[in-house]
Amino acid sequence: MSLYAPVIGLIIIAALFAVGSVVVSTVVGPKRYNRARLDSYECGVEPTPQPVGGGRFPIKYYLTAMTFIIFDIEIIFLYPWAVRFDQLGVFGFLAMVTFIVLISVPFVYEWRRGGLDWD
Amino acid sequence: MISTYSTLATAVSTQAEHGGQVAVEATGIYSWTWLLIAFPLLGAAVLLLGGRRTDRIGHLVGTVASSLSFVMGVVLFVAMLGEGDAERAFTLDLWEWFNAGGYQVEVSLLLDQLSMAFVLLITGVGSLIHVYSIGYMEHDERRRRFFGYLNLFVAAMLLLVLAADYLILFIGWEGVGLASYLLIGFWQHKPSAAVAAKKAFVVNRVGDMGMVLAVASMLAVFGSSSYSLVFANAENASTGWLTAIGLFLLLAACGKSAQFPLQSWLLDAMEGPTPVSALIHAATMVTAGVYLVVRSAAIYDLAPDARTAVVIVGAITLLMGAIIGCAKDDIKKALAGSTMSQIGYMMLAAGLGPAGYAFAIFHLLTHGFFKANMFLGAGSVMHGMNDEVDMRKFGGLRVAMPVTFATFAMGYLAIIGIPPFAGYFSKDRIIEAAFAENWVYGICALLGAGITAFYMTRVMLMTFFGARRWKQSEPPHESPSVMTVPLVVLAVLSVVGGAGLLYLTGDIVQWLAPVTGEAHHDLPMPLALLVTLTLLTVLAGVAVAWGMYGRKAIREDVPAGNPLTVAARRDLYGDAFNEAVLMRPGQYLTRSLVYVENRGVDGAVVGTATAVGGLSSRLRRWQTGFVRSYALTMFAGVGFVVVAMLLVRLP
Amino acid sequence: MTAPTLEYAELAPLITVFGAAVIGVLIEAFVPRRARHTVQVVLALLALVASLVQVIALAGTEVVAAVGAVVIDGPALFLQGTILVLSIISIAFFAERKLEAGGDAFAPAASSLPGSDEERVLVRERRLQTEIYPLMLFAVAGMMLFPAANDLLIMFIALEVLSLPLYLMCGMARRRRLLSHEAALKYFLLGAFSSAVFLFGSAFVYGFAGSLRFSEISTALTTEIGKEGLLLSGVGLMAVGLLFKVGAVPFHAWTPDVYQGAPTPVTAFMAACTKLAAFGAMVRLFYVAFGGVRSDWQPMLWAVAIATMVVGAVVALTQTDIKRMLAYSSIAHAGFVLTALVAADQTATAAILFYLATYGIATLGAFAVVTLVRDSGGEATHLSKWAGLGKRSPIVAGTFALFLLAFAGIPMTSGFVGKLSVFAAAIDGGATPLVIVGVLASAVAAFFYVRVIVLMFFSAPAEEGPTVAVPSVWTTVGISLGAAATLLLGLVPGPLLDLAQQAAVFVR
Repeated sequence: MSLYAPVIGLIIIAALFAVGSVVVSTVVGPKRYNRARLDSYECGVEPTPQPVGGGRFPIKYYLTAMTFIIFDIEIIFLYPWAVRFDQLGVFGFLAMVTFIVLISVPFVYEWRRGGLDWD
Repeated sequence: MISTYSTLATAVSTQAEHGGQVAVEATGIYSWTWLLIAFPLLGAAVLLLGGRRTDRIGHLVGTVASSLSFVMGVVLFVAMLGEGDAERAFTLDLWEWFNAGGYQVEVSLLLDQLSMAFVLLITGVGSLIHVYSIGYMEHDERRRRFFGYLNLFVAAMLLLVLAADYLILFIGWEGVGLASYLLIGFWQHKPSAAVAAKKAFVVNRVGDMGMVLAVASMLAVFGSSSYSLVFANAENASTGWLTAIGLFLLLAACGKSAQFPLQSWLLDAMEGPTPVSALIHAATMVTAGVYLVVRSAAIYDLAPDARTAVVIVGAITLLMGAIIGCAKDDIKKALAGSTMSQIGYMMLAAGLGPAGYAFAIFHLLTHGFFKANMFLGAGSVMHGMNDEVDMRKFGGLRVAMPVTFATFAMGYLAIIGIPPFAGYFSKDRIIEAAFAENWVYGICALLGAGITAFYMTRVMLMTFFGARRWKQSEPPHESPSVMTVPLVVLAVLSVVGGAGLLYLTGDIVQWLAPVTGEAHHDLPMPLALLVTLTLLTVLAGVAVAWGMYGRKAIREDVPAGNPLTVAARRDLYGDAFNEAVLMRPGQYLTRSLVYVENRGVDGAVVGTATAVGGLSSRLRRWQTGFVRSYALTMFAGVGFVVVAMLLVRLP
Repeated sequence: MTAPTLEYAELAPLITVFGAAVIGVLIEAFVPRRARHTVQVVLALLALVASLVQVIALAGTEVVAAVGAVVIDGPALFLQGTILVLSIISIAFFAERKLEAGGDAFAPAASSLPGSDEERVLVRERRLQTEIYPLMLFAVAGMMLFPAANDLLIMFIALEVLSLPLYLMCGMARRRRLLSHEAALKYFLLGAFSSAVFLFGSAFVYGFAGSLRFSEISTALTTEIGKEGLLLSGVGLMAVGLLFKVGAVPFHAWTPDVYQGAPTPVTAFMAACTKLAAFGAMVRLFYVAFGGVRSDWQPMLWAVAIATMVVGAVVALTQTDIKRMLAYSSIAHAGFVLTALVAADQTATAAILFYLATYGIATLGAFAVVTLVRDSGGEATHLSKWAGLGKRSPIVAGTFALFLLAFAGIPMTSGFVGKLSVFAAAIDGGATPLVIVGVLASAVAAFFYVRVIVLMFFSAPAEEGPTVAVPSVWTTVGISLGAAATLLLGLVPGPLLDLAQQAAVFVR
């Protein structure tokens, strides 16, 4: 049985965390329902009045968010390279150049297709 | 008998071929055996792919293709006669089909005495029926297609009997099934034809399962499905496996040959054009099951239990078919019942082992002659009667259609077994062999002969004798000579076929012996007594029929009949049986699975969601469609997989 | 720490396709709209053909490349080659513009609101959406990398690279766009779920073995005693991720909806190629990395295989939509492949490779035929509309019948040899009961395939039934190639079987 101890432990912790946070928030949290609270959470976008036939959100915010993620992830890869710059040498340098070029391709695409024009 | 088995078993173990014959590589003329199949296959391709351009010459192309194959068959036969008695088996390797997972299949043909007999029957009777169809289908605008299907059938049937590997045989097996299916449903504008085609298809699939299982078992036991390897190693396999293979093969044979319990499709198959009924559902395809059993002699010899099953199936069908034949007013259905019954005879004989294999084939050949003859005769009657099939509306046709009557009469005398007509010789042998094996089998066979005489006399009397009950304005006319000539040829064969195969061209039993083996049986009574007994039974059947249908006028409405007649009219409840045993459980399974797919899972989700209470409303806002149920299924699956993985190690 | 080296020659097929995909994105950015369609199609075809040539040139190579992250060996090259061939044919179906009066099968702009004025204007202007080609190239590259991946991380990346473009492509149908959007969303949500499960499993396995590399995981199976709980859970969870991609029960629920909703050329591409890639990856993972604990995962796969075959075959019986029926049939086929996978040896690998190739070709062809049968609302996928099709256009119906017969495994078609070889391999591997279930399931399956054939050839034509559109040379060539290959591999499967047999050796 000890074989499964880590797995069972993990399952228990995960279950406790998931169920616990729901329970705790309903028990501890204030129960003041208002319109804003019942609205779906939309990543900071001002909830728009729902038109007939289901809600559609402006896509601009998501484009910006995705652009952010592109550069965000770029940093994650750049950082270790910067730490080991000496040892990685020319290979590392060229690899990073390639990487940055590739990263800029979707950026170029977004720019050319008008993704950066706010209106 | 026991000693015969052991002798045979020794023979099998020492020789590659059953019965002591070794197949050699085909050379010279034999290396052209593939042409037999190629001619009709090419014909089918031209007719089916050629489109409307070939409409005008379609029937000629089809007939020529089939006839060329027949000529080739005769050439090979003559060449074979020149060989030594036990040197008449040739294998022809065409190409290696595949070699997967250690399972190798060569596309190769085996031409020996058994397949030769079939080649001549298929191409000979087949060509005659092609000729007949030129007249019979003259006014059908899809005649070209009809001939294309017929050619396809001939090619597939030849592949079936020439294959040297069970898997190749299976291709031919499916091919004839396809052609049969296409031809039963040929007049698809009739809903009954479409339904009949579907039924034949479905029932045959059940039989094919047997074939697949048999091949799979061979693969498991012998690692091969080629005749030579399977037969040579049969000796080393366990009896359990051999019995299983034998039973699987029997299941396959039952499907194709309309034997109990898979007999129900044959009667409905009469919806097809009459030449089809003659060729496929009387003379050739339905006898493929008998071929399969006889070809697998090496397996059945070593599996007595499987052989007993063959005999029992044969005996049951023999009586069942005969009883159904007695009650049908549709001339083709009466003949179809008769076909079932006669194939039952063949099965019974084949199940008797080496004592009966040759007789089964002998009866198969003579039956091919006289039954094709009678079906074509029935077709000729229908042709003259505006496609009427109800015998209660016939009567007195012997004057209007003299040739049809005369040829039909030959077939009639042959089937009821009056000497010296063909059926006498072949059926009598089977009755003898049955009595030698077991009293019960013998009495079944004898009883069958009596009933056969009864229902065939009934057909004869209702159709050709008595008062004219037809009401059409112009009197029925005799068919054109393109139809009567094949009738005459087949009638001659019905007369001389039996004696001819026994005495004129050499003994058919001797001819087949190198393939089927031989065994002599001791009759429990003097032969003369048995022959007399058989003839008396037959005459009794004729007399009863005369009493019921000859002396009294035949009613045009259908009399109520006793319970047995009612049951027989409904094919002895074959459909009800199928429905209860095969169809219902399948439908339940399908429905319940679909129910779980559609509703069960979703219901579970709803249940869970309700249980979680307040969460459900928020969940529903976030959800579209039923992704939730899919995700829940997946989640349950994840749980299942992980638990399954862990449980394996737990003990 | 030294700089890693890369085996560029061996990785060239992959790099070619990835590179072309990136160039495709740039084309979208810079080439004028009118020229884009032509340029994209030419680029995609050139890249795929060039890549295929390189794969063929590499035949027989057995190299552990990219510092052990990727393996170029027999199974990888075989699958890459097959995926490329199928993708080239798929491009032909993607580029078909005759069926929709100048448009292709995809929405002019996937972001336009269905039924809106914007959409109508775009359709009238015959605007074409060409992003589909770079997306497809990315998916193909991911599919090529998937069965070549030799460590857990690369495998996950390949999984995502192949999946993400597919999610998008599913939502791009020109007709019935809401259905298409729904399919895309479902596929995405469930796909993300399964990817997460896969990643979770990888983490467990890494926790067990302390390495991502398959060969080292394999070694760890014998040296790491006492942590099997981690390993077994990990194997199970990774299996779920892969079983989802191949559409095995109970991870199949997305298949019918997505196959039905996606644009039919995409369905064809996805059904054929994803299955190839995912099974390739699965075979490598289970044989190379987890081969040492096969007695642990075999029972689980037994159960999944049986459930998959039974559910796929039986539920397909009651489908009334041709695309849904083909989807359930693909589920059943996944079950057939799983029977061989359970056997876990070289014969099984060869059988699986062969089966996947033949199945992929037939699937591609069958879906392509579906695009031809149309009425005023686009493709007529309801089965009742196919009634009597054989009378109106015997050639199209006959071709479709051929593909169905191949699915059913009728002798003389490729499907028969494929089915036979996987079942033979399964029997060799001791999974005879599985094969019995498989044979029964194929019998049931044969029934619904043949039912469609009966419907096409023996039923009265439907009132106001669909017409069979005459496609351009693109589709015609694609379907003809598929039909010819299906027949040829049924009659003379020897060469491809030999190739699969030779290719079936994994390099560790």
